[in-house]
Amino acid sequence: MSDLRELYQEVIMDHNRSPRNCGPLEGASHKAEGFNPLCGDQLQLYLYVNDDSIIEKVRFEGKGCAISTASASIMTETLHGRSVDEANRYFQAFCALATGEREGLDQDLDLGKLEVLNGVREYPARVKCATLAWHTLQAALRGDKTPIKTE
Amino acid sequence: MNHLMGAPELPGVAAGLALDVDSIRGDFPVLQQQVHGHPLVYLDSGASAQKPEAVIQAMADYYCKDHANVHRGVHTLSQRATDRYEGVRGKVRDFIHAGSTNEIVYVRGTTEAINLVASSYGQAFVGPKDEVLVTEMEHHSNIVPWQLLCERTNATLKVVPIDDRGELILDRYREILNERTRIVAITQVSNALGTINPVHDMITMAHDVGAVVLVDGAQAVPHMSVDVTDLDCDFYAFSGHKLYGPTGIGVLYGRESLLNAMPPWQGGGEMITKVRFEGSEYNELPYKFEAGTPDIAGVVGLGAAIDYVAGLGLDLINEHEQQLLAHATARAAEQSGMRVIGTASDKAAILSFELEGIHPHDIGTVLDHEGIAVRTGHHCAMPVMEHFGVPATVRASLGLYNTRAEIDRLFEAIDKAQELFGQ
Repeated sequence: MSDLRELYQEVIMDHNRSPRNCGPLEGASHKAEGFNPLCGDQLQLYLYVNDDSIIEKVRFEGKGCAISTASASIMTETLHGRSVDEANRYFQAFCALATGEREGLDQDLDLGKLEVLNGVREYPARVKCATLAWHTLQAALRGDKTPIKTE
Repeated sequence: MNHLMGAPELPGVAAGLALDVDSIRGDFPVLQQQVHGHPLVYLDSGASAQKPEAVIQAMADYYCKDHANVHRGVHTLSQRATDRYEGVRGKVRDFIHAGSTNEIVYVRGTTEAINLVASSYGQAFVGPKDEVLVTEMEHHSNIVPWQLLCERTNATLKVVPIDDRGELILDRYREILNERTRIVAITQVSNALGTINPVHDMITMAHDVGAVVLVDGAQAVPHMSVDVTDLDCDFYAFSGHKLYGPTGIGVLYGRESLLNAMPPWQGGGEMITKVRFEGSEYNELPYKFEAGTPDIAGVVGLGAAIDYVAGLGLDLINEHEQQLLAHATARAAEQSGMRVIGTASDKAAILSFELEGIHPHDIGTVLDHEGIAVRTGHHCAMPVMEHFGVPATVRASLGLYNTRAEIDRLFEAIDKAQELFGQ
């Protein structure tokens, strides 16, 4: 069980039990749907981006495994008040973290709580669970109308 | 018969006519390993079964001694390859009790068999206002080819619903059948639920309205003796790899009169007798449906798998698996927070379930960590998941090599998952 705790860290379990910023967002400026056909995870992501390209509000709803739920929850906390450019930097950095490509990491970026998800790099089948919310974020910012899939 | 293989041996059948599973397990090299520090418990045979040494060796032996293209040359190797390839066709005929080897078409698998029928039979005999009937418990491969056919022909797809135990509602089936029903496509055993359908009676009812019936036997042939003549089905499809044989090979059984009436599906070598630019003449059955160089080694492996399974005896395999299923079902009833999806009275050895408060994918990761391989997800049966209101389930699907101790290990690992997630 010991290295399973590396994957399922207490912070992840906490965000899975009590996801933050969960539910619909009235007056969202951007939204997108993400879907992981392999495990049936799905989530809707809502953003309110103001005229200065700052993400003022971000919320999500959906059904998923502990990894995808916690990842979405922690992502919303991370993005609050960030600019769209910063959000894109976090996307790049998070994907590098989750896939174990540390050289892709942005050294100037403090990943903070996102680091708890670094355990997924040992579980290739679960990387998509962790990155689903982030790919959905990209779709929302691009204004994609069709749901994005991780397959 | 495959004279090069020698007579199939009968290992694994102990005195007293029960499977000697300890001895059987020795036949499967893949089972002799540890995963994450635990002896592998393979409970994913419904997705693909493991291969006995006899299958692996038969294929190696074929490539080492006999490989050449089939039906092509006068040379010795080509004749040997052809003998082995055609010898297996006879084994398949006997295995499913078909009347003739003309009715045994080699395909890549169940999916290709269904697509062949949907394309060839469907295109020729289904038109606007006709109906094609499937059930709510079908695998996607027995839904999508029929949807494509209906789109091409403006026919209508009708669906027989299931109840909350995962059994077909036969009264609804009776109501939906009518003189416009051209094809009924049903699974004999549900891959997601384990339900065994009363296909014999359903076929009779379909024939009463003049419909032809395709039976998806992918999940049936590894668990029970199949007799297509007794079933009186028009088409029967199954895959080699779920029957302890290789991937990439499967079988379409088709009633000879129907196969003769159907247009060819794929064009190429082998399926013709004469090719001219003005028009070609097609080969006789079953070659009309076998364009191109086939998977000869796959066929050889399939033959060895049939020998292996038939050697043990499907009645004994079924009895062993039913004992395991009864044990698993009893343990499931005692497990707090566990909901079994699929509780039909007649079931094959499949236990699909969910655990309160833990997503199937997380359960799958914890079980893998304990060396236990299960399938998690929608099992290519999204309508079934929708019916039960779940995005996914965990599925333990049993095979002839599984043991009671392995079922106990599954439940110990489930305890650990519940402990980890505080459930």
